[in-house]
Amino acid sequence: MSQKVLDALKAAHGSAVDRTGSAHGDEIAWIKRDQLLAVATWLKNDAQMAFDAPVFCTCIDWLDWKPLGQPPSHAWTEDKPRFTVCYQLRSFKHRHRVRLEIELPESDPRLPSLTPLWPAFNWQERETFDMYGIKFDGHPDLRRIYLYEEFVGHPLRKDYPKEKRQPLVRRDDLPINPIKRPPMEQK
Amino acid sequence: MGVEITTTRLEDAAKWAKQSTLDKATNWGRKFSLFSYPFVTACCGMEFMSVAGPKYDLARFGAEFPRFSPRQSDLLMVVGTITEKQGPAVKRVYDQMAEPKWVIAFGVCASTGGFYQNYHTMPGVDQVIPVDVYIPGCPPRPEQVLDALILLMDRIQAGRGHSQLRDKREQLIASQNQDEG
Repeated sequence: MSQKVLDALKAAHGSAVDRTGSAHGDEIAWIKRDQLLAVATWLKNDAQMAFDAPVFCTCIDWLDWKPLGQPPSHAWTEDKPRFTVCYQLRSFKHRHRVRLEIELPESDPRLPSLTPLWPAFNWQERETFDMYGIKFDGHPDLRRIYLYEEFVGHPLRKDYPKEKRQPLVRRDDLPINPIKRPPMEQK
Repeated sequence: MGVEITTTRLEDAAKWAKQSTLDKATNWGRKFSLFSYPFVTACCGMEFMSVAGPKYDLARFGAEFPRFSPRQSDLLMVVGTITEKQGPAVKRVYDQMAEPKWVIAFGVCASTGGFYQNYHTMPGVDQVIPVDVYIPGCPPRPEQVLDALILLMDRIQAGRGHSQLRDKREQLIASQNQDEG
């Protein structure tokens, strides 16, 4: 549908594009982290691109991912990047859209923030930080948006224990008060 | 607990008898003039509106007027999912209400957490405040809510609400300390 966007992107920033693909009607470009800001600036300002509408920003945690019906080589292993941050962009002017995906290693999950370009990504990047612990360099106000400051860890990471609660307040007259117990080990 | 409720002295017995008659009268008044504070957080609120509306008409039982100030209410209705982040707010609202006060956990999320067994949902509002009546259901039928209200009214008449029992315990401990001292 928007194959011409991918072609133009590869022609203008060939060194920044790792690979491209299409899935379910969406065109995807895997961008290298160092050149994300240059690519995004070009996508916003170029007259032929003019991506004026940020749609969403989110993250995928690939830890222990084993797809059914696929060869074992598709499964996640330690040497593959653990996180993928997705930015979906849309142009109302030219009626095309593209998704940028940036792969990040587990040891250093940080990338440049796109909030200076599209202010609507401000809260979305804060949510991604809150849930996955991705650090956005250059974000004006990077702190938790849904959870409280006392919360330890990032709950949508696959290694967060599913039912681990971190209560703020409990009754004093209950037989077991979980606040008084030592906190659980963070995996 | 741990307090002896039996007494053998005649004047004590007379005192209790007099108090319990008075209690009966005040509790009779309390149970027909419940002012509810709807702490509505989720979809159960729709069902609460249905109960409060003219078709099921909660006002028939005296619980007529939802007051949106904890100072003016004595029945806290926790309607919907309570998250861990909301815990301090619920506790504060409960603490601000005047004694005696009662709590109804409306719906399965307020009672046990429901199907949200994960990092952010409190497993029942009774983790933070004492609950008198639990209403199961997702959401509960209006008839269940009316049933729970009748149950709560029976409890109030019998003086067996959480805050009433706490009052009685404190009075007993105080009188026992007075006798010993």
